[in-house]
Amino acid sequence: MTVMQIVFLITAVVTLFAAFRVVTTPNMVHAALWLIVTLFGAAVFYALLQANFLAVAQVVVYIGAIAILMMFVIMLTRREMRDRGPQTGKQWPWAAVIAAAFFGGLVWLSQQAALPAAPQADVPKDSIAQLGQALVSPNGFVIPFEVASVLLLAALIGAVYLAWTRHQS
Amino acid sequence: MIPLNWYLLVSAALFALGLFGVLSRKNAVAILMGVELMLNAVNINLLAFWRYRAPTESTGLAFAVIVFAVAAAEVAVGLALFIAVYRRFKSVAADEINLLKW
Repeated sequence: MTVMQIVFLITAVVTLFAAFRVVTTPNMVHAALWLIVTLFGAAVFYALLQANFLAVAQVVVYIGAIAILMMFVIMLTRREMRDRGPQTGKQWPWAAVIAAAFFGGLVWLSQQAALPAAPQADVPKDSIAQLGQALVSPNGFVIPFEVASVLLLAALIGAVYLAWTRHQS
Repeated sequence: MIPLNWYLLVSAALFALGLFGVLSRKNAVAILMGVELMLNAVNINLLAFWRYRAPTESTGLAFAVIVFAVAAAEVAVGLALFIAVYRRFKSVAADEINLLKW
């Protein structure tokens, strides 16, 4: 049991418990707060995997932008504060069965493969610089990168258009 | 070191929880939260395979960055849609938005 494994296990327990609360708590604001805990746990996993840039980007993009945006929308779409009743539909036992079956299938599948117990090589010291160059080099990922930026622009304009208040005259 | 299997188990559990949230929740924002959990599970998986299989290349990292961008776009459009729906129905409960149901 190394320190890394202990950190991993603690993070896993916290993350999964928070994810469980996200999908079960009746109060939507609490669900958003638990979602922030889950996203932070994922950032810790990225840091354990030595994906430093993505760990920081997770905190900035997911927690700083997406979770806060969700909080805004939850508060904007509440009906006179009464979100106390059951928040799950009557089909939830089926949902639980499907999710459990899916989890079982994934576990079975991951036991079939011969997986490495340790990484085969170290992460290079300049992996962030490499990533930056790969994202803009013609031999790398410049086309997905540009498509993603066009997608973000389209989403921005689309979101503004959808949420626009049209004043009837 | 941490075996790769552990990461796969955690991300499988996270994905299953997200799937349960998507299938069982009434509130549309909560459904979107389930989708976010699933996207995060996939990202943990992608980065775990990158770290254990090909850490000297930046392919896995670039893939995860693109997933981030797509998730951000999806959330922005989804939440704008919920605000538009709320304006019309005064509700974001998925079972009360039944204009196309007969």
